[in-house]
Amino acid sequence: MNHLLKNVRPYGESATDVRLVDGRIAEIGTGLPEGSSRVHDGAGAVLLPGLVDLHTHLREPGREDAETVATGTLAAALGGFTAVHAMANTDPVADTAGVVEQVWRLGREAGHCDVAPVGAVTVGLGGQQMAELGTMADSAARVRVFSDDGKCVSDAGLMRRALEYVKAFDGVIAQHAQEPRLTVGSQMNEGVQSSLLGLTGWPAVAEEAIIARDCLLAAHVDSRLHVCHVSTAGSVDLLRWAKNKGWKVTAEVTPHHLLLTDDLAATYDPLYKVNPPLRTQADVDALREGLADGTIDCVATDHAPHALEDKEAEWGAALPGMTGLETALAVVALTMVETGRLDWRSVADRMSHTPARIGRLDGAPEPQGRPLAVGEPANLCLVDPGARWTVDPHESASRSRNTPFVGRELPVRVVATFLRGRPTVLDGKPAPA
Amino acid sequence: MTAAPPPSPVPARARLARPVSGDPAAARPVLSSADVARVIDRMAHELLEKTRGGDEVVLLGIPTRGTTLARRLAARVHAFAGLTVPSGSLDITLYRDDLRLKSPRALESTDVPAGGVDGALVVLVDDVLFSGRSVRAALDALADLGRPRAVQLAVLVDRGHRELPIRADYVGKNIPTSLQETVHVLLAEDDGRDAVLLGPADAVREDRARP
Amino acid sequence: MKRHLLSAADLSYDDAILVLDTAEELAQVSERTIKKLPTLRGRTVVNLFFEDSTRTRTSFELAAKRLSADVITFSAKGSSVSKGETLKDTALTLEAMGSDAVVVRHSWSGAPANLARWIRGSVVNAGDGTHEHPTQALLDAYTMRRRLGRLEGLRVTIVGDILHSRVARSNVLLLSTLGADVTLVAPPTLLPVGVGSWPAQVSYDLDAVLPKSDVVMMLRVQRERMGPTGEQAAAYFPSAREYSRRYGLDVRRVATLADEAIVMHPGPMVRGMEIAPEVADGVRSTIVEQVANGVSVRMAVLYLLLGGSDSAIGSPS
Ligand SMILES: [Zn+2]
Repeated sequence: MNHLLKNVRPYGESATDVRLVDGRIAEIGTGLPEGSSRVHDGAGAVLLPGLVDLHTHLREPGREDAETVATGTLAAALGGFTAVHAMANTDPVADTAGVVEQVWRLGREAGHCDVAPVGAVTVGLGGQQMAELGTMADSAARVRVFSDDGKCVSDAGLMRRALEYVKAFDGVIAQHAQEPRLTVGSQMNEGVQSSLLGLTGWPAVAEEAIIARDCLLAAHVDSRLHVCHVSTAGSVDLLRWAKNKGWKVTAEVTPHHLLLTDDLAATYDPLYKVNPPLRTQADVDALREGLADGTIDCVATDHAPHALEDKEAEWGAALPGMTGLETALAVVALTMVETGRLDWRSVADRMSHTPARIGRLDGAPEPQGRPLAVGEPANLCLVDPGARWTVDPHESASRSRNTPFVGRELPVRVVATFLRGRPTVLDGKPAPA
Repeated sequence: MTAAPPPSPVPARARLARPVSGDPAAARPVLSSADVARVIDRMAHELLEKTRGGDEVVLLGIPTRGTTLARRLAARVHAFAGLTVPSGSLDITLYRDDLRLKSPRALESTDVPAGGVDGALVVLVDDVLFSGRSVRAALDALADLGRPRAVQLAVLVDRGHRELPIRADYVGKNIPTSLQETVHVLLAEDDGRDAVLLGPADAVREDRARP
Repeated sequence: MKRHLLSAADLSYDDAILVLDTAEELAQVSERTIKKLPTLRGRTVVNLFFEDSTRTRTSFELAAKRLSADVITFSAKGSSVSKGETLKDTALTLEAMGSDAVVVRHSWSGAPANLARWIRGSVVNAGDGTHEHPTQALLDAYTMRRRLGRLEGLRVTIVGDILHSRVARSNVLLLSTLGADVTLVAPPTLLPVGVGSWPAQVSYDLDAVLPKSDVVMMLRVQRERMGPTGEQAAAYFPSAREYSRRYGLDVRRVATLADEAIVMHPGPMVRGMEIAPEVADGVRSTIVEQVANGVSVRMAVLYLLLGGSDSAIGSPS
């Protein structure tokens, strides 16, 4: 079916109509005739390219009680995403072509959004032996992003080899930067709050030391490094330095690190336990500035669903992680757009074009993160910029409820998402197949 | 962690102590300062009589004004008979039957004279006898302290309306009251002057008056 | 409204003084033949000990029993709580049994705060991980006031493993509320990052601080902190001997104290490590009194939380 989006504002700019034909953007212009198209009145909504997440935990295979590829990708579509990168720390670990192809296929079958599996850097995330990265790259899943996320590739020699090796297929190593010896038993940001709460600290230096080392390694072997979920002001400084050198280093920040601080740990509610931990307001401010000036390339959700029993526990016994697919755009609007740091065109850059480019999805057979232009694939999301809504975890499509934004009022709402011209979300609800 | 708050100018204990309820200014005097002194003198004489010279007597006041009265009685007994009668105080807070109905309150002091109460003739002293529940609590508290030979009760005012089978052995003044009235006993040590006043019942009932 | 005692910070100045004054009166009960009050008759107090602590558990048990409460004690070892039953399940069980208060000791910081969200009754923190132990701080303050007659302006020096000490955290908070001047002395590795924000002075030099102290509180130093032990973080100090030499309270150091100064220890002690046996048993030592005072203070806390229709102290749910 063809669709005509009337009165929509691409990148939040001037209003126009957009016609989608055969999965592509066929026409852009005012007063387009309806013809045989199904008409959607945008009422001035902001039209963005479909969002692309570089960092999603879909939990399948292994923890289908917390999330499945189907539920996670539906949550993604509701959040305006048309592609997500599924992290490798499943059970079994996505360290072989078999597992990544399975995850990729489950994504195709669910049909809510594209799933780009991330391959593990080391076998079983063990940090010892490099996984068959090339085989995963050559598989149907076309893996380009490799990460041991959840664990840091802490061995410098192994990290160097991995960075070098993936050059053969234009891959990138996405590092979860956490020096393990500096974070033994760590529970939250190390600082004033941790000292008072008696929770073992996760110092900023444990992230920054790895980022500094990896930037130097990436420069030395002229490889691509991507830094996951940057959380400290010091990390932003290091990235700025590396970028000034012209090194191929990119980085992401999560919505929760753009908004929340470690004061929330004082509740001992594990809803606020995440890795890397929530930091201080000074860090939050530096992250927002880094995202605004491009030092941080993109926003990634680190959507990390957890079953109830893993969150309704003592802080120390609870698992770290927060859901985020359905709230990501709203939190970015709250922290970056409403504060005047980013306009919608820049939001599209940070949440679609750039993450797609880092994951090499922009040149894939079914490209993602392409500009809003005639002839491009119709991966779109339509956003009501005036909406305000209160986060209710029970309304989430995710199988898990661990959103740290519960009860908060957030701005902007995704009203529709199109995947290659087919609506996955309409009127803010899953579109009937 | 926040810095320490400045210490409250009013000690917590004083803050939580039971004040005389109602507004004594709105009440009319029943006993003057001189009357109070006379009544206490008479009670001291009766006590010497009924206890055959005050031997083995221990006076235990129920805080706050009962303690003061016990001390005064002891002083008058000493003045009249040259006899030193030990006096102390017995806090009944933890024995009250209405504990559950209110916020926990600060404890008053329990100060049992050195000789203890075993084998003694204990005279419980209170300012006003009303429902009898305070005395009931005092008897329970006393039983946990030891085994007196006998227990008697002295009150400055008996205002009636008993809810338990309790009567006083020494009564300073019987004052028939209605439940719509309040008896205020003022003593110089606690209130700056001696007087007994009868006033209208207050919005906030004096909790000792009606457990 | 039911309230909780989760942190020493839950107590205002007035609250803290009320606890100490109440404990002062209740101490008499322990001296009588009949060591019992009817105050909490019909109330149920559950002692939930996920971590072994005979001293604290028996102290709370005795306190609750002296107030005539029904007392149920769950020790993690040998009961369902150690077999993977979650804290939440345990909380729901306690609710079903109609407990009015839960006294909880747990190895995870914040577990009492979690529990307070899940149950209707009052929660008393009897020590959680490396967070707090508010009734220990209350009994310490009580002991200081009894021995030295005041708390305002008292110079209290706390020595040892501040980083991992719940006793230190609660004492710093409570003593600063009560107007004492606290100095923390430890090797820098055993002081938390962020300690600069605490209402306390910090020193690395025990000898310099001792002559200016009215109270010296020695904390236990666990031998496992010396590492290196496999996956554990690196050692916090090189050897017991060096620790003892620099931060142990021996006879020579005690001689530099002011005449009236007292020596405290929350126990259990490592004699010969942080404290010399002669010092632990000396006249300045309050270690035995601390144990006795613990019962009175805990009686006071239970009475003020549970004795009435609502609580007189503590933090709301
Ligand atoms: Zn990660």
